[in-house]
Amino acid sequence: MCVVCGCSETGPAGVVAEGTGHAHVHAHGSEHEHAHVQVDPRHGDLHFGAGTARVSVPGMSQARAVKLEADILGENKRIARHNRQHFEAHGVTALNLVSSPGSGKTTLLCATIEALKARAPRLAVSVIEGDQQTSFDADRIRATGAPAIQINTGKGCHLDAPMVAEAFARLHDHDHHHDHHDHRDHHDARSLLFIENVGNLVCPALWDLGEDAKVAILSVTEGEDKPLKYPDMFAAATLMLLNKTDLLPHLHFDVRRCIEAARRVNPAIEVIQLSATTGEGMGAWLQWLEQRMAAPA
Amino acid sequence: MHEASLAGGILKLVEDNARREGFVRVTSLRLEAGQLAGVEPRALRFALEALAPGTCLQGAVFEIDEPPGQAWCMHCCSTVSIAQRGAACPGCGGYQLQPVGGTELRVVDMLVEDV
Repeated sequence: MCVVCGCSETGPAGVVAEGTGHAHVHAHGSEHEHAHVQVDPRHGDLHFGAGTARVSVPGMSQARAVKLEADILGENKRIARHNRQHFEAHGVTALNLVSSPGSGKTTLLCATIEALKARAPRLAVSVIEGDQQTSFDADRIRATGAPAIQINTGKGCHLDAPMVAEAFARLHDHDHHHDHHDHRDHHDARSLLFIENVGNLVCPALWDLGEDAKVAILSVTEGEDKPLKYPDMFAAATLMLLNKTDLLPHLHFDVRRCIEAARRVNPAIEVIQLSATTGEGMGAWLQWLEQRMAAPA
Repeated sequence: MHEASLAGGILKLVEDNARREGFVRVTSLRLEAGQLAGVEPRALRFALEALAPGTCLQGAVFEIDEPPGQAWCMHCCSTVSIAQRGAACPGCGGYQLQPVGGTELRVVDMLVEDV
């Protein structure tokens, strides 16, 4: 797209003719000059004036102003939208699980998959695992029988939409090879995709992956004020899972204060307390998943 | 340190634009990182300066505006200023707030040179 005029030509790169400022050749070959950009006849400078661009072009220099008005995360958002459409087309409810390292995300996922096997044996569940290094987590998921793809981000501190697009395509491909006889059935039923983000309470908050909802997991071995210390993540999350509640008798952790802190940054956040180890509270979490699948956003 | 990823995204936006618009150098780049956008402007500037050498951003001046945080207070039924998420409404002291401003994360404009 031409960023100055907004015309949607996506041909080869525009050619700027000497002294004509923004004049460029579009894919159809018709050279045109943009009427809304004032061009200095002597130097070919572009004047965006004192309008919304709030810039002036020095008439004597060769500098010119280019108005971009572009969302820095725009490209990620575009691919996230595509992922969302893709998930919807395949009947997939995708959840982006975010937390600090060690909150028990993978243990919770394994327990969730086992519980769903008993509760809804026909429900397909798959997992995309994000970590900087190793495939330990994907190996743990695969041990439950659920298909999983590991994404190693290297030095990256979060998953982004293109990574998830690629991982989902591979998961899906893999599924097709194994289940081709069951193809129709597989596509008619809703399925669950858990995306376990890199353990990090800061960066993943900003990247939309195309998920139906972000689920923030906080364990009671962490501070009860964490939602206030890392507000962006709890503001972005739809649900907070307060995990490892079996350890509460051994800790000074005020559950009420923690929930208050989360609602300060996000008045609408839902909260479920559970223990993936003992199974306490798992019923409420499974019910939440079922509601989410029944009424996708 | 997601500011490094964001700086990479900014460079890509600028380079795509350079190909279309035919400029070779950016002398000044103006960004907006709202107070509630989840971005640390100092870290973003550092990441941009680290990334710039050898690109069309080399030597560019980075101007980062920080639009103030604003939220709708459901109790006061008005827009109020908040400096960060989790801050109380300056009017009623409550937390029933929905951010409505200061979440921008944008490249606004730039000054470029063709030679």
